[in-house]
Amino acid sequence: MLDLRGKSATGDRAFRWIAIGAAALVLLVLGLIALVMTSRAGPVLSKMGLDFFTSSRWSAPDGIFGALPFIWGTLFTALIALAIAVPISLGVALFVTQVAPRWLKKPMVYMMDLLAVVPSVVFGLWGVLVLSQHFGLGRSFLTAGIILAVMITPIITSLAREVIETTPPSDKEAALALGATRWEMITAAVLPHSKGGLVGAVMLGLGRALGETIAAALVIGSALGQITPNPFAPGNSMPAVIANEWGEADDMHKSALIALAVTLFVITIAVNLIATAIVQRSMKRSGGKT
Amino acid sequence: MRVESVEPTASTPPPRTAGSTKIHIERRSAPALEETPVVFDVEDAEVFYGSFRAVRGVNMKIQKNQITAFIGPSGCGKTTMLRAFNRMHDVIPGARVGGKIRYHGVDLYGPDVSATEVRRRIGMVFQKPNPFPKSIYDNIAFGPRVNGIKNKADLDVIVEKSLRAAALWDEVKDRLRNSALGMSGGQQQRLCIARTIAVEPEVVLMDEPCSALDPIATARIEELMRELKSRFTIVIVTHNMQQAARTSDRTAFFTAELDSKNDQRTGVLVEYDVTAKMFSNPGDERTENYITGRFG
Amino acid sequence: MIAGAKLPLDLRRKPSWRATKSTLMSVLMGGAVVAVMIPLLAVLYSVITRGGGVMFKEFPAFFTAEIPLISRKAGPGMGPAILGTLLSTGGATLIAVPLGILGAVFLHEYGGKSKFATIVRFMTTVMTGVPSIVMGLFVYLTWTMRFGYSAFGGALALACLMLPVVISSTEQMLKLVPSNLREAAYALGTSKSRTILTVVLPAALPGIVSGALLAVARAAGETAPLLFAVGAASAYNPHLFTEANTSLSLQIFGNATSSFVAAQERAWGAALTLMTLTFLLTLVARTFTARLALKR
Repeated sequence: MLDLRGKSATGDRAFRWIAIGAAALVLLVLGLIALVMTSRAGPVLSKMGLDFFTSSRWSAPDGIFGALPFIWGTLFTALIALAIAVPISLGVALFVTQVAPRWLKKPMVYMMDLLAVVPSVVFGLWGVLVLSQHFGLGRSFLTAGIILAVMITPIITSLAREVIETTPPSDKEAALALGATRWEMITAAVLPHSKGGLVGAVMLGLGRALGETIAAALVIGSALGQITPNPFAPGNSMPAVIANEWGEADDMHKSALIALAVTLFVITIAVNLIATAIVQRSMKRSGGKT
Repeated sequence: MRVESVEPTASTPPPRTAGSTKIHIERRSAPALEETPVVFDVEDAEVFYGSFRAVRGVNMKIQKNQITAFIGPSGCGKTTMLRAFNRMHDVIPGARVGGKIRYHGVDLYGPDVSATEVRRRIGMVFQKPNPFPKSIYDNIAFGPRVNGIKNKADLDVIVEKSLRAAALWDEVKDRLRNSALGMSGGQQQRLCIARTIAVEPEVVLMDEPCSALDPIATARIEELMRELKSRFTIVIVTHNMQQAARTSDRTAFFTAELDSKNDQRTGVLVEYDVTAKMFSNPGDERTENYITGRFG
Repeated sequence: MIAGAKLPLDLRRKPSWRATKSTLMSVLMGGAVVAVMIPLLAVLYSVITRGGGVMFKEFPAFFTAEIPLISRKAGPGMGPAILGTLLSTGGATLIAVPLGILGAVFLHEYGGKSKFATIVRFMTTVMTGVPSIVMGLFVYLTWTMRFGYSAFGGALALACLMLPVVISSTEQMLKLVPSNLREAAYALGTSKSRTILTVVLPAALPGIVSGALLAVARAAGETAPLLFAVGAASAYNPHLFTEANTSLSLQIFGNATSSFVAAQERAWGAALTLMTLTFLLTLVARTFTARLALKR
């Protein structure tokens, strides 16, 4: 009688379980992060309650921790960064896809990718020693915003480029055939089509700006208690204050810093998720690759 | 059953088909079709993809060292049926095989049966040649290596034997280390055949192996099939009737029928017979319509 | 109007506001490109001139000499930092790349659209967005508090950052491997795990390597996680598991705020070294992607 039972398939099964384990690691690590961080943030939150997020007084020796200035600082610098980066990224993306002659496209894309590879700490170094000292811009929200803008531009540009390139050529040709100029064609065919994806790209850039620590920490100025819309004032941001104050913090102080980190985490994740959802939806709708 | 050489004459096929294309059967006088042992015994087989029944009610016996052809219009379940023989549906989530398919008496879908073992004995050549992105040598040696043969000398022998059997040896013997992807389509398909027979299966299933090839490459593969018949049992799906008539010993004709209950088209086996008889004197009207080109 | 009379045809470009506006916008876009180039070139300029200065003043010394404990002292080197970067990044690569590839293998080859796989994919996207400082704090709370500062702690933190990136990029590459290659292997009686290891992964390898190299390049430049895991040593520390260590990124960060020019100079030198390293990795990654495109 024919034996079709085969040799033991344990090796095959073992491999499958190893693969499952590796994938489950993601869940494990994320779960641990959430668990560990929130538990350590507990003490300060139970002490300060919601005041942690609304009060602007941060004084370690007194054990009072109000995070509002840092939340403000993080959001403000991100806003400045977006204000600078978005028009520029959009301009570059449009230039590369619509205006640049063919021979120029590749080197330009190459250059943008080069920008993306520069480590953020090097931008920070440049920001401190060149922008702020040499050019006298000093440490302020603006300087931090500029550095962040430089760092997030490659991300927004490359994503915007992908989205723009999914514009159906027929739409563009229709506009041109009606006698539209290049700019009119862009506003008539390219931009309406890419709207959703571009918003997503910008939000992804925002997510990155929110999470960047080092560059911001170096040039933001580390001033306490400042909630001002003045971009030239020195300020502070969540990652910067964590990096700068951790070294000499006592337990309650550390708990406060961890609470800051959790806040940053939540904001960043929320922005990233919304952005990814928007980008994927717009790519799907226009038939691009997801 | 004796089969005489069949020449198209005015009296065959039956008069009611006068005016339609007669197919020419290029056969020398066919030897008697022996009653070789049964390899596959198929009983009321059906295949589901989820709730969609792709083919149903298949009953047939496939015999050793013969070439059996599955013919029929597109979508009639012939490829689906073929893939049931080597449990290729296992990799498709939601696919299910019903009825019984016995291989030398053993239910292929029995609880203890390992699909991997089944596939070592029942090989398959696909419609589009799919060599691995490896060297010619490594393509052929892949199967034997999986089966535990590590000795280089042994592998060398197997590779040469398989390439000779696939009529490819002389063309590639000096470039065994080159990538298989550098060969022409016809050569790649012969490579895939060599790769399949390198593990010495008993059965070779072929899913429209020539449909992606030019006529000359096709002729070479048909010639190959005739040579391989003495060592292997071959089941071939083809949409080329002439090919079936030229090469096969037995032919199975499938067609798709509308299932009144759910508006789906399910494949059914219409007729299964010795090839010479089916093409000269088919029993079912549907077979005749297909063969004479009235549809499909 | 006399029928058939020819109207003067004037197709010359006419001055118009619309055309001017379009050109203006194109110029603005070009301006954006220039605006992007400026910081890039400025950074490159500063790094190369100032970094090059300290690096080549006493040639190999920069790479091998100890970091002067007295920051005021001029001169090289960054030896310990280079070692530290290699230890942390190398360790992270050894942890994250195999695990990431295995995770992607699960997602694409086994998990498919199952609920578990969908959740893992979603969480992987979430994990790519975790700010690096959060990772650093996490490693501090779980590892450094128990085991002290070490290069290994840094490796753990970087691995957490790299893992989701490697999983995503590897899964993309696995998607590109045509399914008929897997079918060919299955048809030869190869088990799923063996098919993945000997056919699928080798076929996807160039893309996988490219994605991994890019992840390594990013990890090499990270600072925040290392702050909390590796500590701030200045001396050579070849031990992976014990004693605080340093890295190029940490040195840049630390020296950037120093008021001593000599320390700042070393920071530029470290920046040049780090950038050369990341550029090289990216370049190698690109050649792999190019080879991938060539094969198609």
